[in-house]
Amino acid sequence: MAGSRMKLELSKVVQGRCRLGQLKEIGRMGQHSLDIPGCLLYTHLGTVPHLTQDTLHTLSSLPTVTQVTLSNIAEHQEVLDEFKGGFKTFAGLHDTVLYCSLHDSAAHRPTGHTTNKTVSVWGSGGRIELTVAKFMALQRMVQPDWYQAMADGETWQTGTSRKRVRKSVDRSLAHLDECLLVHQKSQELDGVSVFGVVEGGDILEERLCSARETAKRPVAGFCLDGFQTGAMDQALRSQLIAAVTEELPEDKPRLLQGVGRPDEVLACVEAGVDLFEGFFPFQATERGCALCFRFDVTPDPESAVADEGRHAAGETQPNGDLNCDDQTHMTRFEMDLKDKRHQDDFRPLVEGCGCYCCRNHQRAYVHHLLVTNELLAGVLLMMHNTSHYHSFFRAVREALANDKMDLLRRRVLGTLTE
Amino acid sequence: MSTVGGNMAAPITSETDGNIKENSMFLKKTLSAVPPLTLRIVAECPVTKARACDLTLPHSSVSTPVFMPVGTQGTLKGITADQLEGLGCQICLGNTYHLGMRPGPELIEKANGLHGFMNWRRNLLTDSGGFQMVSLVELSEVTEEGVKFKSPYDGKEILLSPEKSISIQNSLGSDIMMQLDDVVSSTVKGPRVEEAMHRSIRWLDRCIAANKHPDKQNLFAIIQGGLDAELRKACLDEMTKRDVPGFAIGGLSGGEEKDDFWRMVTLSTDHLPREKPRYLMGVGYAVDLVVCVALGCDMFDCVFPTRTARFGSALVPWGSLQVKQKQYAKDFQPIDPDCQCPTCKRHSRAYLHALFKSDTAAMHHITIHNIAYQLTLMRSVRQSIVEGRFPEFILTFMKRMFPSPDQYPGWAVEALASVNVTLE
Repeated sequence: MAGSRMKLELSKVVQGRCRLGQLKEIGRMGQHSLDIPGCLLYTHLGTVPHLTQDTLHTLSSLPTVTQVTLSNIAEHQEVLDEFKGGFKTFAGLHDTVLYCSLHDSAAHRPTGHTTNKTVSVWGSGGRIELTVAKFMALQRMVQPDWYQAMADGETWQTGTSRKRVRKSVDRSLAHLDECLLVHQKSQELDGVSVFGVVEGGDILEERLCSARETAKRPVAGFCLDGFQTGAMDQALRSQLIAAVTEELPEDKPRLLQGVGRPDEVLACVEAGVDLFEGFFPFQATERGCALCFRFDVTPDPESAVADEGRHAAGETQPNGDLNCDDQTHMTRFEMDLKDKRHQDDFRPLVEGCGCYCCRNHQRAYVHHLLVTNELLAGVLLMMHNTSHYHSFFRAVREALANDKMDLLRRRVLGTLTE
Repeated sequence: MSTVGGNMAAPITSETDGNIKENSMFLKKTLSAVPPLTLRIVAECPVTKARACDLTLPHSSVSTPVFMPVGTQGTLKGITADQLEGLGCQICLGNTYHLGMRPGPELIEKANGLHGFMNWRRNLLTDSGGFQMVSLVELSEVTEEGVKFKSPYDGKEILLSPEKSISIQNSLGSDIMMQLDDVVSSTVKGPRVEEAMHRSIRWLDRCIAANKHPDKQNLFAIIQGGLDAELRKACLDEMTKRDVPGFAIGGLSGGEEKDDFWRMVTLSTDHLPREKPRYLMGVGYAVDLVVCVALGCDMFDCVFPTRTARFGSALVPWGSLQVKQKQYAKDFQPIDPDCQCPTCKRHSRAYLHALFKSDTAAMHHITIHNIAYQLTLMRSVRQSIVEGRFPEFILTFMKRMFPSPDQYPGWAVEALASVNVTLE
């Protein structure tokens, strides 16, 4: 099996689907573990957007898995080939598990260039076409600890025909088989895990077919593709994911691509997802927004009173649609720091947040940085948003452990009144 | 007795005139017992005019010669206060014009001054806003009153007078404030230069009078006079009569010939008091720094190192390195193998080259390196002065920076010769 070391240890399963546990012995040396449900550390070419290692490590607990994408890496193939030491060393990364995906879920992805034998990624210089051979050559140069197989996931546009969806399923399986063949022959990929990618668009039968077939292959886990925010509403997403996970082995992790909004995350956890990509904090940062949604569920009489005050003062920021399809629009989980109301607000972004920004700076300062187009705005917001988001995942795990998922959902959505 | 450090006490009505005078003199003395600036000369170069000093300011002490990075809008582009402190920076600049516009002095006062607003616990120097009046905006009029100009944000007319500039700087709470000077480009000749020089003296007096916190904020004078030795000398004679804690050499570093530039610098240091710091404004290129230290300057500021970083230009002892250029795509060594900065300890030229295509953090890496380069350079300069080997340092520095002696800039050779350092 490709990467048989990765072990999933479940401590709790709710309704046969929603899981709490730990992914153990990840990494080539098997020295790392990742709590699930969890999210990966989102990067551009190994760098968390806006951050250097100093600012990154002000965060007290980073996800142990760093995600890089071929859309950032592919154009540097020659360089990596000459370097020979693998991407982690090339990038000067800290000790982390490197996961290599195909696409960047926060980047715009043009469609219409996928063929039977190729998929395309977009680097800074334009489109780069990948065959499985080239895809695997890249993996051999990147030397990740774990990667997803090449897949065709172009099914998210409304009105994708059944025929097209079927194609994406078939092609992805063919790509997977070819990847595994090459993988087994590649010394550089010894001990590296491969995830199979489940496709099928919004068609139940295709999803089931893809799941069953992919599950037959010797993979270490599964990526769920084509479910990204905007591709379908959450009800359908939950339904399809629940059906898909039913067909997947219990002892292998499921990574959902393209979904990051807190409410969607909660619903997908309940549908059986273990891992998420961590791009949502980056998107909020680019909007000049700070994540501020609450995720505390332990009853605290003092904060309950404070909450009522905040509600009355209009501080909680309802804005954006619950079913917002556009990933660039502000969601109800964040506040717009460019808003004039923050001009002379000397409180931290979020009271009680332990991130560098909230410990050292105030809303008024971040507001000023945004208004004056200063680079530090992105740095501070990224630190806060990353910290907030990862704390949210910790809250998800705690809520699962203590049977408080319902409370958490209501808290996150802002409908919890106590 | 009333507390030290507060405003001058109101006269105590029940006492006689004589006692009132005595009390306020006592207060003056007590206040001046802890001056907001002290300069201790640690070493003087026996060959050149260079000095190494300890400059004690309200927030921390500063080792000179010192390069001060510029954080125009209350931030050093992309770098956190912690990172800046970690690089060993003891003093940096904020910009009165920009901050006076956004977010404005009232808000910054509410935030506990610029220190509180930025969360910077070491020293801050603010310029007067004078230079921006010339360099950035449509100038309406310079009168004796002040500089009238149009705001780029809302088109309103604003008058920046000496009093207004000092008022804003008082609100910012900087450790060193600059007088508002009548700034004239160094390439301008003729009577305007003389007019500006005399006006700057009068504005200096108005600034001194307007300073609400002489016990906490140091007001520096700015010597003007353009490239005219006589005018500059006249300005020096007058301004040094004022008891200000420090002097800046202004009106240079604006596109004039380097041959004229260095002569004005050395003329100025010849006539500035030894026991007060000399701040040469707008100078930051490595060669300029080393030469001007030899000519007797202590403090420098320049946007160049941080600005050029954002274009991918990394400063190194042998010049600069354009990281975005193709030749570095496969160059796996750090920017400078001898550099100890966080960027060089972890990343290669090749990685930074690639990162420039993906993320803004690439700029931050270079910014950090460039600040480290500047601060390390000044530290090495200081150390060599303290150890009595500054002339040797200069020779080594120039050899490293230029491939061969015939490439040494003529003006630098002359300037150094004037202080007894002969380059090959």
